[in-house]
Amino acid sequence: MILKNFQAHGPSPAQADRRALRQLPSASTSYQTTTQLHHRIYSLVHPIYTHQTAEVLLGITGKDFTIIAASKAAMRGATILKATDDKTRELNQHNLMAFSGEAGDTSISQNTSKPTSASTQCATRPPSPAAVSSFVRSELSRALRSRRPYTVNLLLGGYDTITDTPALYWIDYLAALAKVPYAAHGYAQYYCLSILDKHHHPDIGFERGMELLRMCTDELKRRLPVDFKGVTVKVVTKEGIREVEYVDDKPVKSA
Amino acid sequence: MSSPFSINGGACVAMTGKDCVAIACDLRLGLQALTISNNFPKIFSYSPSVYLGLTGLATDVSTVADLFRYKVNMYRLREERQIAPRTFANLVSSSLYERRFGPYFVSPVVAGIDDGGKPFICGFDSIGCIDFAKDFIVSGTASDQLLGLGPEDLFETISQALLNAVDRDALSGWGAHVYIIEKDKVTKRLLKGRQD
Repeated sequence: MILKNFQAHGPSPAQADRRALRQLPSASTSYQTTTQLHHRIYSLVHPIYTHQTAEVLLGITGKDFTIIAASKAAMRGATILKATDDKTRELNQHNLMAFSGEAGDTSISQNTSKPTSASTQCATRPPSPAAVSSFVRSELSRALRSRRPYTVNLLLGGYDTITDTPALYWIDYLAALAKVPYAAHGYAQYYCLSILDKHHHPDIGFERGMELLRMCTDELKRRLPVDFKGVTVKVVTKEGIREVEYVDDKPVKSA
Repeated sequence: MSSPFSINGGACVAMTGKDCVAIACDLRLGLQALTISNNFPKIFSYSPSVYLGLTGLATDVSTVADLFRYKVNMYRLREERQIAPRTFANLVSSSLYERRFGPYFVSPVVAGIDDGGKPFICGFDSIGCIDFAKDFIVSGTASDQLLGLGPEDLFETISQALLNAVDRDALSGWGAHVYIIEKDKVTKRLLKGRQD
């Protein structure tokens, strides 16, 4: 009798569950069942994670500098659309961002460069590399659980003018952040990190840094099956950011 | 295929001793088999005797650690006192359950000493179910030998437990941090571990 009443007047448990779910803040969009929601969350990390790109991003720090190198090829599928692409952006005088990933999503560099530039800060000095990395990570991690996350990997090269130390931050599209002495993104990681493991030292000077970069790009030319059209090289030092001419026309002896 | 919990790798363990607790984590940050960084600590302090270890998806480790820093700072301002381990454990539980249908992919461990000087440790699943424990959280099977260890013996035990575990796991390792928490003293040690 009670059961009959319940069915006649109250919602069935399944309906109540769905109703409650719709009122949850995290379920405010069109997801109606828990299963759909779980698929949505898992899809953030699941299918695309192992996907690595042939776009090359490299970062090397030394005693008083951070070198950032980014491949010049703008690729779409198997086609190279442009061979002089610049995948870097100056966020402020001492912070440089390099990005690779979904073409439109690289707008994160624009969306974060404005708040981190000197002129829009209330404070008297531009934000340090640590502050910039923290801000960029928070933007990326907020986007990760939004309707449309950024699918870009980033390197942040900087120079902290207060402590007089170079800084390099590795950030992936899931907004995992790590402060590292040297870093790479995409397939370049597999070739370059082992070289840098062997040869890098925190006290190296700029010349040695460029030598290490040369070892890395030579290895990439030797091993990477695609032509990434060379790299643009920028350096962050106490004086600021400057582009370095990087002659890359010598053929590399194959393995 | 990899689950979000095992993309970046990591290990964390907490143990109780006599009037002391220990919590330890490894330092690796990886991308499946590739190691990105060997200095990515996973233990965070929220009061002189409350520590939180977070393993799982690295982005959520940072997000959750920052979220609790904010929440505990607000608690301290409102209450004008430090947060107790048990209170913090309930805060972790309710905060994780808030995200019931879109969870943070982390497995937290809390270790601390309460106001009475008694050890407190517990673990959680990613949606905040608390797992209270008398002896230890994460790693192996329960063992009575762990109970009644002094701080130095506890350090040796937790270090051996963690190092032996991470040496067997390709996704963890590359050094470790160990915290020994006593009533009025916290000792942090860096274990170098295997660097290969």
